[in-house]
Amino acid sequence: MLFPSALGPEILVTGVHKRINDAFQVFDHDLNKTVDVREIGAIVRSLGCFPTEAELLDIIDEVEEPNGFICFERFLPTMSKILMENKFRPIPEDTLLKAFEVLDQQKKGHLEPNELTEYMRQGDEPFTQLEMEEMLSSAVEPDSNLIYYKDFVNMMVLDGER
Amino acid sequence: MGCGTSISTEPQGRAMETEEASSPATPSPALTMKAAILIQGWYRRYMARLEMRRRYTWSIFQSIEYAGEQDQLQLSSFFSFMLDNFTHLNGSGPDLISQLLDPVVDPWLGRETCYELIPVAESYSGPRISFPLSVSHTNSLVNAFKEHQTLHARYALQLLWETKKLLKQMPNIVHMSTSYAKEITICGDLHGHLDDLLLIFYKNGLPSAETPYVFNGDFVDRGKQSTEVVLILFAYLLLYPNHMHLNRGNHEDHIMNLRYGFTKEVMQKYKTHGREILQLFQDVFSLLPIATVIDSKVLIVHGGISDQTDLDFLNSIERQKVKSALRLPRRSLEEPDVSRPYKQTHGPRPGSSHSRRQRPGAQTKRKRHRGLSRQDSGSSSSSSSSSSSSSLCSSRTPSCLSPRPCSSPPPPTVPFSVDGLQVPFLDSLASLPPPSPPRVEREWKQMVDVLWSDPKPQDGCTPNTFRGGGCYYGPDVTQRLLRHHGYQLLIRSHECKQEGYEICHGGNVITIFSASNYYEEGSNRGAYVKLGQDLLPRFYQYQVSRTTRKLTLTQRVRAAEGSALRALQEKLFSHRSELLTGFLPFDHNNTGFVSVSEWAQVLETVLRLDLPWRTLRPHLARLAPDGSVEYLSCFDYMGPGLHLPQVTPNLAETLVRYRTDLELIFNIIDKDHSGLISLDEFRHTWRLFSGHLGVALDDGAIDALARSIDFNKDGSIDFTEFLEAFRVVHKLDKDH
Repeated sequence: MLFPSALGPEILVTGVHKRINDAFQVFDHDLNKTVDVREIGAIVRSLGCFPTEAELLDIIDEVEEPNGFICFERFLPTMSKILMENKFRPIPEDTLLKAFEVLDQQKKGHLEPNELTEYMRQGDEPFTQLEMEEMLSSAVEPDSNLIYYKDFVNMMVLDGER
Repeated sequence: MGCGTSISTEPQGRAMETEEASSPATPSPALTMKAAILIQGWYRRYMARLEMRRRYTWSIFQSIEYAGEQDQLQLSSFFSFMLDNFTHLNGSGPDLISQLLDPVVDPWLGRETCYELIPVAESYSGPRISFPLSVSHTNSLVNAFKEHQTLHARYALQLLWETKKLLKQMPNIVHMSTSYAKEITICGDLHGHLDDLLLIFYKNGLPSAETPYVFNGDFVDRGKQSTEVVLILFAYLLLYPNHMHLNRGNHEDHIMNLRYGFTKEVMQKYKTHGREILQLFQDVFSLLPIATVIDSKVLIVHGGISDQTDLDFLNSIERQKVKSALRLPRRSLEEPDVSRPYKQTHGPRPGSSHSRRQRPGAQTKRKRHRGLSRQDSGSSSSSSSSSSSSSLCSSRTPSCLSPRPCSSPPPPTVPFSVDGLQVPFLDSLASLPPPSPPRVEREWKQMVDVLWSDPKPQDGCTPNTFRGGGCYYGPDVTQRLLRHHGYQLLIRSHECKQEGYEICHGGNVITIFSASNYYEEGSNRGAYVKLGQDLLPRFYQYQVSRTTRKLTLTQRVRAAEGSALRALQEKLFSHRSELLTGFLPFDHNNTGFVSVSEWAQVLETVLRLDLPWRTLRPHLARLAPDGSVEYLSCFDYMGPGLHLPQVTPNLAETLVRYRTDLELIFNIIDKDHSGLISLDEFRHTWRLFSGHLGVALDDGAIDALARSIDFNKDGSIDFTEFLEAFRVVHKLDKDH
């Protein structure tokens, strides 16, 4: 969530910089202003942007150092631009719910694990086995072995949007 | 790009032909695809945030843990001070403090057969052991501890005596070989986690000639079953002295035990004989070997090394002389007050290159003894490169800070007498013995380095100000030492790792940590490492789970995060006045609002915790509509449990912050473990403690408080009740 513009453009930019710095810091293990390139996806997404894998690769291309690390000085301007331009916007909750409803073709109000798995394995960037397992472990209601997606979305949104 | 599922390959037309009069048309494949992709993206974003939360939760736990360890120095210096100046708290003979900190061996206890005089009742249903131990004894011990039984004091004492005798024969550095058994198993910190130890034995086998083990220190403290863990380890040590090896850790130290729970645990489990048992533990701990070497190729120590580590020298010292890392052999030395004059002449270290954790020791924010003739703590060591004033990294241990030893005399302001330094305290002068000879210091420093140091990624060796003891050693330091001895690997523990282990320094250093769920349920795995004749490490991980149902990642992260945030909120609460003072320069008009940056800055400066404050802000403080932080909302979350009369916010905050320390002190004063101390003792102790802290509290307030706590007006205070009153309560909790 960006700071309201009432604060003025200078503070706005500084605020954005600080947010990026914070997110970066969490993954900067050696505290030397660099992160492993594999963490970039997590950092970008944690800042509320979700590019596709292809878009992420573009970002990486812009900022990666030869040694496979990304240093903050190069990351900052790129990321700031993304945030300021509101690129790769997050999804509103009701849109998310509608998406699940689309998948629930029989309008059962729930999905079977294998149904969801099939869907998640689609597209240009299908889920890996690990991602699938993780999703199922939080989404599947253990007693019925079904995914009540409304509850699932509710829980995730509450949890994730803090 | 093909999708390969049956759903999307149906042509548009056929989907529309479906007869579903009551429901809308089946969505087109394109729409379905779009929906799926949307969900994928959203989920991945969620996981990224989850990962981030997991990491900062980890940071919170770790920073608070290490900050707590720094506080430990404060407490131990207080104890030393009390010991030096107030040995008889209530004037009637040596008290527990003296006993615990500087024990005079009770002649009765000094005789080995003292335990024989302790009768074991017929009704005792716990394990009975005799010596020499057999496998059936160790089995019965393990089974009994599984059932939460306690080993009778008589047997415990006897076990400890036997262990002491055995350890006396061992060198400081023990050598092992892989030629006797297939593989040697090395375990790290257990910290009283009996479940983890039992899990290791279950997965890997009980110790035996075929299954040799090395346990790399920190068997006790923090966890609730330290006694059981350490007794089992000692029992196996006695049973298989050639195949079971124990290294000393920094928690095998009676002063650490005072603070981190082992002392309390022993006292609770062994009411009558607790003190004797603790005394023996103290001896046994100091007799534990420092290091193990496998095949003259692999070095195993608890913490690590420094650029001054000299294994040959280390092997030659009398290790049992170093009872505690927190007290130099001549105890007055670690008085921060004594070292301060030296520190000032020492000045800041030239070109300190530690880019890692530029955190000055917490000592800089601690107040000093009142009345001592020196400058305020604020003036010196304000930069991270200054020589730390911690008792471990004091100028008395110069090699940690710089190559040259400190040889400058004290400044003239501190009067020097023949017997030593005379320092005023409160109303009188206290006399402190003169400094100890260099060799003793060197021995102590070598030990502390090996037990307390942590590896760092950058080259070099710098004082470990985060912990307050030992050093940070870089890959070059490791390389040099390994090469010098012809070793190829250093295995150490001391730091909790997410996966139970971690490899660093290009494969030269392995950290192995065996207490799973160390910070919180689900916080980390435990691990052990096995070395065969090839000396290639093989790692085995595990995680003890209290619930039968496996928690999802989300649930685990959420639980751990909740716990970490509460701990952090408590920190905020207990530093309220300092924080408010910190906000003042940014809020001249006292509006109650500062910018997010200012808020973060103040928190970082006051609390000295290197955390992503902006990311944490939503959990800690409210924002105003204009985006500024309403900083008073930081303290909204909690308050003291009971409402005691005449408790000022200032006092409440101090009591909350030092609750653990106070509990410790009260436990020590309470010789007969009745849970009660007299008003006088309470007042006296409080004055001492607050004087030491330099906390400006009105004596009258304390007296009033004492009187108000004495609910039944009989002149004694139930300190458990008192402390409960100051346990921070989260107002949002329903079950407070």
